[in-house]
Amino acid sequence: MKSKLQKLKGTCVGIAGCGGLGSNCAMALARAGVGRLVIADFDVVSAANLDRQYYFLDQVGQKKVQALGDNLRRVNPDIAVEAHDLRLGPDEVRRIFKDCQVIVEAFDRADMKLMIIETASEHFPDKFIVAGSGLAGYGNNNDLRTRRLGSLFICGDETSEVTEDLPPLAPRVAAVAALQANQVLEIVMDDLEPANGEDVWDE
Amino acid sequence: MKIILNNSEVSMAGESFSVRELLALMNFTFPMIVVKINGRLVRKEDYERVFVGDGDNVEAIHLISGG
Repeated sequence: MKSKLQKLKGTCVGIAGCGGLGSNCAMALARAGVGRLVIADFDVVSAANLDRQYYFLDQVGQKKVQALGDNLRRVNPDIAVEAHDLRLGPDEVRRIFKDCQVIVEAFDRADMKLMIIETASEHFPDKFIVAGSGLAGYGNNNDLRTRRLGSLFICGDETSEVTEDLPPLAPRVAAVAALQANQVLEIVMDDLEPANGEDVWDE
Repeated sequence: MKIILNNSEVSMAGESFSVRELLALMNFTFPMIVVKINGRLVRKEDYERVFVGDGDNVEAIHLISGG
């Protein structure tokens, strides 16, 4: 176990989005001892974010990547955090996450989730993607799960969409973020291999 | 034809379907879906021109907003 934990120190994980999933997942990875995180988000911390995202009242108004970097270092001063204050598209994904072994998809919008999955399938066939899908509301613990499609893992219930009537609430958001972080640990500590033939369909 | 959809065998009347047709038949209703056929990702823009036939292994998972 000790040597497996040691692997985390030499691991670089990308976090695409620093909202509910990204901030909580990054914090879990920092506590577990991941050596390097590449975090990206364009947003600033708002008071409304504090119901589920890993920020504090005195950070409202700060850039999320700045605030999250500070919080991660307060927990684990040895962690290297590379912060990118930008809006991610395919080009940015390819550029900033190229040295990461695993990328955590932590976007809000479903079209952005698909964007990073398609980009990674095409350009990063050797990297694992750990995505979140379906985390709104409360209860239904046992609906949360992880499914693997080759080098892609998807965590969540795959059905509960965030709406006005079904907001994202802290426990379920953090639960899915923890599933993602737990999957990252398994990938790194057990040396999982992406399955062969994981490229994009191209007739 | 018979396909494997998310690890279950499914029998369908017909020889082949586009990914778009298959998703509609199988009630994948959310706008964003990850689709892999025999382990290869099908881009959303290719749903009309990529076809599923007998024996194919199809994996499809909804991507749901919220993060």
